[in-house]
Amino acid sequence: MSDDKPITPPETPETPETEGGSPEQAAAPETEEKQPLSDEEKAAKIAEAKAKAAAKKKAAEDAEPKDPWEEKPVPPVHEDAADDPDAEALNAEMPGVVPAADRFAGEVTLTVPAGRIVEVCEFLKQDRAYTFLVDLTAVDWPEREEGRFDVIYWMHRFDDSKRLRLRAVVADEQPIASVVHIWKTANWMEREVYDLFGIVFEGHPGLERILTWEGFNGHPLRKDFPVEGIDTGAAIYPDVYPPGGGPPPEETEESEGGAP
Amino acid sequence: MSGPDQSLFDVEEMEINFGPQHPATHGVLRVKMKLDGEKIMEAKPIIGYLHRGTEKLFETMTFPQCLPHTDRMDYVAAATNNQGFCVTIEKLLGITIPPRAAYIRMILAELQRLASHLVWLATHAVDIGAITPFFYTFRERDAILDLFEEYCGARLTLNTMKIGGVPFDLPEGWLDRCSELVDGFNGHIDEYENLLTENRIWKKRTIDVGVISAEEAIEWGLTGPPLRGSGVKWDIRKVFPYDRYDEIDFEIPIGEKGDTYDRYLVRIEEMRQSVRILRQCLDRLPDGPQMARVPKVLRVKEAGMVYGSVEAPKGELGYFIVATEKATTPYRCRVRPPSFINLQALPAMVEGRLVADLMAVIGTLDIVLGEIDR
Repeated sequence: MSDDKPITPPETPETPETEGGSPEQAAAPETEEKQPLSDEEKAAKIAEAKAKAAAKKKAAEDAEPKDPWEEKPVPPVHEDAADDPDAEALNAEMPGVVPAADRFAGEVTLTVPAGRIVEVCEFLKQDRAYTFLVDLTAVDWPEREEGRFDVIYWMHRFDDSKRLRLRAVVADEQPIASVVHIWKTANWMEREVYDLFGIVFEGHPGLERILTWEGFNGHPLRKDFPVEGIDTGAAIYPDVYPPGGGPPPEETEESEGGAP
Repeated sequence: MSGPDQSLFDVEEMEINFGPQHPATHGVLRVKMKLDGEKIMEAKPIIGYLHRGTEKLFETMTFPQCLPHTDRMDYVAAATNNQGFCVTIEKLLGITIPPRAAYIRMILAELQRLASHLVWLATHAVDIGAITPFFYTFRERDAILDLFEEYCGARLTLNTMKIGGVPFDLPEGWLDRCSELVDGFNGHIDEYENLLTENRIWKKRTIDVGVISAEEAIEWGLTGPPLRGSGVKWDIRKVFPYDRYDEIDFEIPIGEKGDTYDRYLVRIEEMRQSVRILRQCLDRLPDGPQMARVPKVLRVKEAGMVYGSVEAPKGELGYFIVATEKATTPYRCRVRPPSFINLQALPAMVEGRLVADLMAVIGTLDIVLGEIDR
């Protein structure tokens, strides 16, 4: 790098800005050398190129249009969905409750504050006929400032077969209100989210672990939980295994009584 | 206080454990019950014995690598699991599959539906005490599995679809053999119906057992035959057609009362409709490629979340996928398993009834524990 430096400074004063007329003079001989063509020839060339392009275009039009499966995939894009009737109805009923509405691959996602989830869901079920809760789940974003978890509600309306997604952001250790009294089906879904993510649903009739067992140490679907799992011996047999890990190796070799 | 000594007739609630190792639980379902004599006062399903962390595993794998793992959720209907995942990823990546691929997928999915319903019928009937249908249904199921084996080499965990189409074209002569099976199938369904539909014992064990109204069914989020048995005309194949189901002519059978017998009739009729769909698919199977032109590395363009669902034999099987920008793996892949959500209604359907009805209700819900626990 240091070798290049002495070369560059002498070049810089010769830039067009510093010496007004010289660039044109310098440029003129170059263009003449490179372009002996007159304007007519130039025009002819341009016309030729244009005709070529047109022919190509025509050929492409004449040929059968390519089938969509032969073409490159067309991924969906995000659009603003503030014009969605449900978003409008929600904002009219509870001003400012839907700060962001997004449409992606034909699916509408409304972001709502976690604290108002119950009133929003009640309104959607009673006034907007979303009688069917299809799914309730969560997504973990450990590094996000806004809040660690997205709780996702995905509901269905039978009248016109429309589906709507709600997204509520909760921070780590921040509880969210349960919607079991609105849709009974949310019961096990919330238990599953509690089990696998550790999000507490306030007002749930029996918030217990569902896929792992009571006493399991950790929430497996959190991003910081190791994929290969943890040693759960301590949790299953607290009287045999010391808390915080499995049995020490030397004890198992002797194994008097051992693991049940 | 006069009268007989009450302690001789001490009525005490008994707590009893049903499963997880019991043949009538269709896997490792455990139901903790409080009984008053033979009457179920409280039933609490306990699940999770087969939890393998499939959703966590999905986060570590590329999209095509996830596919074999979907087989292992509802292991008696692997093809529809594959179909659900492929449909969702195609939605996320914007892939359109060629018509031949869509038709082959529909053929495989409907064969799988037949195979799954045959397993349901066999085990449901055995649970209630009719052992003969088992031998009949497994005969046809084996013929279907033979077709699968010929097509993709596997009988149970098929891994028979690819994102963008299907991995192979149909082998030579496969269509004829499939056609032969399909043509004879309605006759086989008649055989099962001869054994059960008007059977007095069958009717006594199923009519008015496990009743659930349409409103309740929607409240509990039931999908598939349990929802249709209650009289809700709702099928993903009609409501949100995927592949080429919109080109196919078929009916959605529904029940009236929402009892076990209605659900039985719904599934039997669904099998006839599957035969009808298969017939149309086989007749109209278009020519052309069986795979779309997809990039070698499947990469998401924009971060986003999509949900795709198919009508699996058990109900609505949905995949909810969150992907980050330029990702080749799902950031989060949630599976909406129909069995998991249908099983939730079990207490509502059996409480106040006899223990023997529990077998009928578990059978009629058609659960697969591999899908419930994932």
